[in-house]
Amino acid sequence: MKSLAELKAIRDRAQAEMNMRKENPNAARVLVGMATCGIAAGARPVLNAFVEEIAKRGLKDVTVTQTGCIGICQYEPVVEVEIPGEEKVTYVKMTPEKAVKVVNDHLVNHNVVSEYTIGTATK
Amino acid sequence: MRELSLNVMDVAQNSVRAEADLVTVKVEESDKDDFLTITIADNGCGMTQEQVQQVIDPFFTTRTTRKVGLGVPLFKLSAEQTGGSFDIQSEKGVGTTTTATYVKSHVDMTPLGDINDTMKILIQCNPEIDFIFIHSTDNGSFTLDTRELREVLGDVSLDTPDVLEWIADYLEENTKSIYGGA
Repeated sequence: MKSLAELKAIRDRAQAEMNMRKENPNAARVLVGMATCGIAAGARPVLNAFVEEIAKRGLKDVTVTQTGCIGICQYEPVVEVEIPGEEKVTYVKMTPEKAVKVVNDHLVNHNVVSEYTIGTATK
Repeated sequence: MRELSLNVMDVAQNSVRAEADLVTVKVEESDKDDFLTITIADNGCGMTQEQVQQVIDPFFTTRTTRKVGLGVPLFKLSAEQTGGSFDIQSEKGVGTTTTATYVKSHVDMTPLGDINDTMKILIQCNPEIDFIFIHSTDNGSFTLDTRELREVLGDVSLDTPDVLEWIADYLEENTKSIYGGA
């Protein structure tokens, strides 16, 4: 069974690393739309895929978080990627598979995956 | 919604927007007595009686990005379609408690789904808010209280990946034990 003692060990390890990951102004943000529309369209596995892939690649300066509905429910699951100094990119009709590609191409290599963006979808 | 756990994720988001700092999610189920009850309680800003009536209406929302608000209506429907019931108690400045009761064996019962994943995501995305999760079955019950974790963790945030993994494992192990698994 998981014990609080184990949690203490995690705390000690995390504290040792903490200074390294504190308040980075260059941190990228991944915002997953998680209102009723997003959730119903399958945003939860998409968010999990982002978290897992980012952890797998050991990316330190990326935060994944949820956001509300931005009014384009027909395109959910919608994911916004914000990298400081670059234009915000809105990805639409996301899937866990597409999420992996966005992490690898966009977050790691800074190449926008244009075929998944809203610009392509509305053409 | 394909799983009730998704309804919980959605409706709990209302508590977050109501600026609650403590959200309690309780799932009580019994095969013996054939029911499942989901309670979501918060200490957020609360609503007036008039607003409580409005949130049940799908064509009401406080948001300006769109004209419909389906979170609460879908949750209500999921309970009532099983012959269950739905209730919201709210007081301005005190908080809101939403309760959905289901008849578990009903043909239109939506599966609970991965409620642990819902709790993990809620904690991960709102590390500044405390969550209490209580799950009970005929075999027993368990509680996850992030206030207790916070005490141990000190200044280490709840959304630290290793902490989230601990939470996921804790939820999984305890769920197995109350479902009578190994």
